[in-house]
Amino acid sequence: MSEKHIDEATGTATTGHVWDGIRELDTPMPRWWVWVFIATVVWAAVYVVLYPAIPGLTSNTKGTLGWSSRGDVREQFETAKAAQATFRDRIAAASFDEIIAQDDLFQFAVSAGRSAFQVNCIQCHGTGAAGGPGFPNLQDDEWIWGGTIDDIAFTITHGIRNGGDEARDALMPSFGADELLDAASIENVSAYVLSLSGGAVEKGDATAGQTVFADNCASCHGENAEGLPEMGAPALNNAVWLYGGSQAELIAQINKPRHGVMPAWGPRLGDVTVKELATYVYSLGGAAR
Amino acid sequence: MNSIIIDHRTGAQPVDGLDQHDAEALNRKDKREPLFAARKAIHPKDVSGQFRNLKWIIMLVTLGIYYITPWIRWDRGPFSPDQAVLLDLQHRRFYFFFLEIWPQEFYIVAALLIMSGFGLFIMTSAAGRVWCGYSCPQTVWTDLFIKVERLIQGDRNARIALDKAPWTASKLAKRGATYAIWLLIAMATGGAWIFYFADAPTLAWQFLTFDAPPVAYATVGVLTFTTFWLGGFMREQVCTYMCPWPRIQAAMTDENSLIVTYNDWRGEPRTKGKKRSAEAGVQGGDCVDCNACVAVCPAGIDIRDGQQLECISCALCIDACDSVMDKLGRDRGLISYTTLTNYNANMQAACGANGRITPSLVHDEGGRVKTSYRYFDWQVVFRARTLLYLAVWSALGLAIVWQLANRQMIDASLIPDRNPLYVQLSDGSIQNSFAVKISNRQPTPRLFTVTVDGFIDATLASAGLDDMGGQSVLLGIDANKLRDIRVQIRHPREGITAERTPFAIVIRDLAGGETTVLEGVFNAPPELAVSN
Repeated sequence: MSEKHIDEATGTATTGHVWDGIRELDTPMPRWWVWVFIATVVWAAVYVVLYPAIPGLTSNTKGTLGWSSRGDVREQFETAKAAQATFRDRIAAASFDEIIAQDDLFQFAVSAGRSAFQVNCIQCHGTGAAGGPGFPNLQDDEWIWGGTIDDIAFTITHGIRNGGDEARDALMPSFGADELLDAASIENVSAYVLSLSGGAVEKGDATAGQTVFADNCASCHGENAEGLPEMGAPALNNAVWLYGGSQAELIAQINKPRHGVMPAWGPRLGDVTVKELATYVYSLGGAAR
Repeated sequence: MNSIIIDHRTGAQPVDGLDQHDAEALNRKDKREPLFAARKAIHPKDVSGQFRNLKWIIMLVTLGIYYITPWIRWDRGPFSPDQAVLLDLQHRRFYFFFLEIWPQEFYIVAALLIMSGFGLFIMTSAAGRVWCGYSCPQTVWTDLFIKVERLIQGDRNARIALDKAPWTASKLAKRGATYAIWLLIAMATGGAWIFYFADAPTLAWQFLTFDAPPVAYATVGVLTFTTFWLGGFMREQVCTYMCPWPRIQAAMTDENSLIVTYNDWRGEPRTKGKKRSAEAGVQGGDCVDCNACVAVCPAGIDIRDGQQLECISCALCIDACDSVMDKLGRDRGLISYTTLTNYNANMQAACGANGRITPSLVHDEGGRVKTSYRYFDWQVVFRARTLLYLAVWSALGLAIVWQLANRQMIDASLIPDRNPLYVQLSDGSIQNSFAVKISNRQPTPRLFTVTVDGFIDATLASAGLDDMGGQSVLLGIDANKLRDIRVQIRHPREGITAERTPFAIVIRDLAGGETTVLEGVFNAPPELAVSN
């Protein structure tokens, strides 16, 4: 088609493409469309100058406005921190009794504590704070190192058996491995301890075990096996067992005890977050004022 | 105005003492250009009559409601805003006089929207596009803008002349004044809108002292522009090209809907007067071709061409024609609201043996329309279709009223802790934890007790809340607030006989006695259920 073909019905030129006698109209772009296109080109040119745009090998152009998405996030963090500052200042200044007594402060501390817990604590204690074998359940009312909210805050701050100066620290002797007690005595004392909470005794003499307990265990676990938080000695007369409540598990623990370790969170998280964590743990219902 | 105009079709002379309008139906079918043509300005002529008066009243009422509502005060006590109608988006509360709607009740708004839809169905099936003609905001504001235009620039002919006139100082002043007043109205329109979303007096002061949030200025700006542009310049194009409603409404009319109709069975053939036509030996119809109906039409059509999609049923042509008929001493209703059924019956009766409209069949000796012809049966408004719409509309309305009358002022939910399902305590008892969410939907702070019920020996506790005898805790909630608490329910080992035991938590308003019961399930270790 060397000659320009004009469509009769519309008076518009055609492109020269013909399919089965149907010609394609060469309709010009609507003017508004062209203007929008030009406007987008201008917009792009301005954008490239103002904002980060052209990638290099190691970096990119920064734009004259100095905007960055990281800066945006940083700003949002600052805003959020500023918004929380009043509450956090009040928490820093308040005792736990005061925090619990003030509804708004308590609700804030529990929410903040839940967030901190989800980041720092669930790896051992579980998302529901129910723990697992070797990792204490924080929902129940058994507390190895003390169950008042102040005790809990101290434990979180300094941790357990981590070598720190103020860390909770105490070790149970390896009665079997170090041959402090013979196998029969260990069996007997396990039978006695289990009988205190009505557990299933399979072997051993509980009466003989009572003497073994009084001689070897009562100094830390208490005369009635009620436990001694200062020594980190758990109560043995109840239904809660950190390392399992069967007789075999008990014997294994007396033989060669396992000892849990917890990091000191005070230096990492700061006093206010520790307080929030302690308040959250308190809100789970097992701790005391 | 009184110049003699000779009709180009019939060559007839105008009737003495009657205004002859040099009007043209700009959007007439045969005048339409293909695809797109630039708009020709329409200059509707002033008209008076019953429908015009009705339109003024509706304009006054609708604009009055719109502008005044945000300023009405409604005392709700010290803990809630005192604005009668307030859409508090920030706090997610909608206030409507004695009602306070929470986000979870938004379905009520959905029901209201459905009711509006059915209201439109009722109106349209009864009388065509009455919504378009009388109460659509586009119509109301356009009407107001035309009124302003008319007051400053004069009526139709003066405005046409001004349109063609060169830009003199006087034209500049007239146009400037018109646009200025339009702009003021448009700003008031945009301004009133934002008062529905915040305390009106406070926001008004903030707005004037440039202290209002940017979104307020943006909203006012956008609404000012759209009002100014749509009402001042776009006008009938909005209805013809932009609005989808006309097409939907056109589908909802039927042969029994009252539609603005030119009754050509009594109007045709058009003459310039009885005497003249008698002299010419022809008996004419009632239409004297004065074009009054065309001159007043805001949509720029000629109603005598039949029903057209541009027609918004504003009925101004009826007023215009009725006043002409009055002057001529003829019956009103040459243009009238009528149904297609009536129209067809009339048309059949008016046609003689030759199948043509025969005026002698329509008019008696005195020139009046014979009483056997009916044009306006208002009873057809009540027929199966409209009554069915009305029934659905009423049912929805009653459902909303019933729902609002019976709604609880405590809204609560119980969410069990699934991780872990249960916890064994040192004394062997089992503990389940629950999140309880309670909304106090009254405008005053309230004290509630949360009590475990239907589960013997179970205790309920919540850290930080006062214990009320082991099975209850005391909980205070601020006005219009939701509170989320965590409760622990404990039960001794003995007495648990199933893995899952149903129980209830009762939430009671200490002062009012209003209660809500939540049903829950207490989980216990499977081996415990077996051993007990």
